[in-house]
Amino acid sequence: MFEAIAFYLFSILTTVMFYITVTTKQALFALTALAAGMIFISAFFFILGADFLGVVQIIVYTGAVMALYAFGMMFFDTTRELKERSGSSLITAGLSILSAVFVVLIFVAPIVSTKIQVTAPLIAGATNSQSVGMVLFTKYLVPFELAAVMLLVAMIAGIVLAGKKMDRSLTLMAEEEIMIAEEANRKVLL
Amino acid sequence: MELYLYIALFSPLVGALFAGLFGASPKTLLTGVVNSSLLFASFLSSAVLLGYVLNGQTVHVEMMQWIAAGNLYIPFGFVVDQVSVTMMMVVTTVSTVVHVYSIGYMDHDKGFNRFFSYLSAFVFSMMVLVMSDNFAGLFIGWEGVGLCSWLLIGFWYHKESATWAANEAFIMNRIADLGMLIGIFLVYWNTGSLQYDKAFAVMPTLDNITLMYIGVFLFIGAMGKSAQFPLHTWLADAMEGPTPVSALIHAATMVTAGVYLVVRANPLYHMIPEMGLFIASLGAFVAMFAATMALVNRDMKRIIAYSTLSQLGYMFVAAGLGAYWVALFHLMAHAFFKALLFLGAGNVMHAMDGELDPFKMGGLRKSMKWTFIMMTLASVALAGIYPLAGFFSKDAILEVGFVEHHYVIYTVLLLTAGMTAFYSFRLVALIFHGEERYKVFGFHPHEAYKFVLIAMSPLAILAVIAGSFKSTYFDMVTKILPNTEYHIHSEVTEWTMIIGTQLFVILAIFFAYKKYINFKGENKEFEKRLVYKVLINQYYIPYFYEEYITKPYRELSTVFWKKVDMKVVDATVDCIANGIYKAGENTRDMQNGNLSSMLRWMVAGTVILLSLAVAFGLAVRYADEISAVLSGLGA
Amino acid sequence: MMEIGLTHYLVLSTVLFSIGLLGVMRRKNLLMLFFATEILLNAVNVGFAAISHYYNDLTGQMFAFFIIAIAASEVAVGLGLLIAWYKRHGNINLDAMSSMRG
Repeated sequence: MFEAIAFYLFSILTTVMFYITVTTKQALFALTALAAGMIFISAFFFILGADFLGVVQIIVYTGAVMALYAFGMMFFDTTRELKERSGSSLITAGLSILSAVFVVLIFVAPIVSTKIQVTAPLIAGATNSQSVGMVLFTKYLVPFELAAVMLLVAMIAGIVLAGKKMDRSLTLMAEEEIMIAEEANRKVLL
Repeated sequence: MELYLYIALFSPLVGALFAGLFGASPKTLLTGVVNSSLLFASFLSSAVLLGYVLNGQTVHVEMMQWIAAGNLYIPFGFVVDQVSVTMMMVVTTVSTVVHVYSIGYMDHDKGFNRFFSYLSAFVFSMMVLVMSDNFAGLFIGWEGVGLCSWLLIGFWYHKESATWAANEAFIMNRIADLGMLIGIFLVYWNTGSLQYDKAFAVMPTLDNITLMYIGVFLFIGAMGKSAQFPLHTWLADAMEGPTPVSALIHAATMVTAGVYLVVRANPLYHMIPEMGLFIASLGAFVAMFAATMALVNRDMKRIIAYSTLSQLGYMFVAAGLGAYWVALFHLMAHAFFKALLFLGAGNVMHAMDGELDPFKMGGLRKSMKWTFIMMTLASVALAGIYPLAGFFSKDAILEVGFVEHHYVIYTVLLLTAGMTAFYSFRLVALIFHGEERYKVFGFHPHEAYKFVLIAMSPLAILAVIAGSFKSTYFDMVTKILPNTEYHIHSEVTEWTMIIGTQLFVILAIFFAYKKYINFKGENKEFEKRLVYKVLINQYYIPYFYEEYITKPYRELSTVFWKKVDMKVVDATVDCIANGIYKAGENTRDMQNGNLSSMLRWMVAGTVILLSLAVAFGLAVRYADEISAVLSGLGA
Repeated sequence: MMEIGLTHYLVLSTVLFSIGLLGVMRRKNLLMLFFATEILLNAVNVGFAAISHYYNDLTGQMFAFFIIAIAASEVAVGLGLLIAWYKRHGNINLDAMSSMRG
């Protein structure tokens, strides 16, 4: 009973938050709604007994990723209104709904379920964090290390890409200066 | 002996290639001299072979194999026997003379070297035709002479009439060659071989209908090449070509290929006498038909062309009635005097700056003495006056008709002989006698070069003495041809016939002289008559062909072009092209470089894949039910 | 209805995923595109966690971890690129990126 109430509550909340994210025109609204949605998602993880995953979700997404986005947004002129629409929104909505319907159809038709086999069973008597640790450092050790290297590479890449010419900001430059800079860029591109 | 055979066969080819090297360059006397010498070498080799064959031996070589596939075996085989050596002698003699003559005749022509190349190529093709020991080789030569004939009729290709005539000749021959080809296929189909000896050895076992078909189709080929009715119109138009060509190809050699084919296939035609009778009747008809057209024509070369047609008719009469040796003998004699006649006409033409209308000439006897003598000799020979060549060969044909009791044919041929004499001497009288009408038109006639006249003299001599070879020839050629001798039983009848014929012909000659020797002007009264109109328009046959075959065919072609080709074939192709073009035009939007729309396309692709997954998943899940339904439909 | 099964979670996952797709297709602002990508990844994570739970198998959670790691890397690199682009062109409009136009 409690599970059902929690599931439906968080389902509605997540869906609404994500819907706001993809539809709102204000970047700040979108960012906030996304962060909220992320936290609501972690609730499902707790319901499902994946405590460690839930904690990671909150830390990584709402802590790290959202902070990164927030800082990133400072570089951009987010107040500038973008003309969002081109083409038919009917097609866009139709395509996403169709894909959802098809995926659900695939789930409903019991095609895959009978063929699933347990490869990493839960360890009896261990907590979720303990069992995650055991599996992660035995069976998935190599992917785990690779992921770590990948994160390092991503970090360096992010710093290098964003860090060039940190001393000048387009938001602080006058229109003429931007024009001159763009002209120079165009020549480089040509 | 093989060496002589190869020299005879290939020296014209060498000449053709040699002259072809200089084809685009201006006149070099060298090509004329070299080609003539090579032809002379060919002639000498043929003469040696003739001597060899006269001793009763034949040469048969297989140069190399050509097609060997399954049961089909066709070699490049050549045979020199009594029949082919006759043809070789005729071809090489006339062509050597014509080559030398052409050096003079084509003196001022820009295409001098090209001309010699074509001419020698023609001789080579003709040699292949007569020397081949199988139908396939014969057909190659047959097509080769057709090609060279086309090249040479249209030699002055800047003249539209020449190209038209060339195409007419070529297309008419193609029609006939299709028949010929079917005939050859039938021969192979039924006998399993294309070699003459093997094929003719099997033929007696075949049933009459098959033989009839083979005979008919082969004869259709012969009709085209020898310009028999109804495929005769090309020959008169072929006179557009240079006169040496007319002499060599369209009088002496190529047009007689049809007769040669019938003679060569004599075992076949011997078995189907009905076909032979048809050939003879057609020959007699054409002899008469062509002679009547020659009576009134006003073009010197066309008159001689009609006379050729008429004489070919004679040959077919002889061949059709089974007197193959007579046909071949007339072929030989005719080649000599007809070539001479044409070459003489060429001299006259040259003297008159290309004028062909004999009504504009007259009195040329004084300025062109030797040409006059030779043309008169040739005309006498053509008319068949004793003791010239024509008498022996033509009289023999008349006798054949009489002895075989085909009196209608005999009468027709007799009348034709009279007409022949008449139109020949009408021509001679108009050109060489009477007033010098050409002066009105400002011509200054001159005799041809000396060497040209000397080159012509062998033909003149042969035209006179060819008849004396008759018995030797008979002995030689009857070794492989049926040796039926035609003797009229009663000596009185025989003498009556000969003397009667001679008197009739001489009468016709006198009539022609009387009528035309003092020719003043055209007889307007006569020209209004129906007979004249029919004859001068060639029985309206070219008109008929134009109106009822060419024009409807052109209209049909236009319909096919406009309706079928443009609206169906072209439209289909255009439709495919347009479809692809439009599809590209529409789908290039996918590749417009806009990332947003690319994402949209990506999602669309995902949806399609998902739908496929659903469809196949359902199909797998309900496979049994679906197969049950399908089998229910099938049952 | 009250008993929550795997199907419920999968349907939720699908719904979230299609919301993400909607965002990917609709938005022209590159930053919003990144947000939509995060939604897609999270939707998948929900599915993985649910399967892991209902099959008593930790593999699903493992994959969820790796996906989070990938998402983090993607954000780091993506934001770096975005900033570099913005410095050069002064906007982050998707339609302006048309150097791939043929």
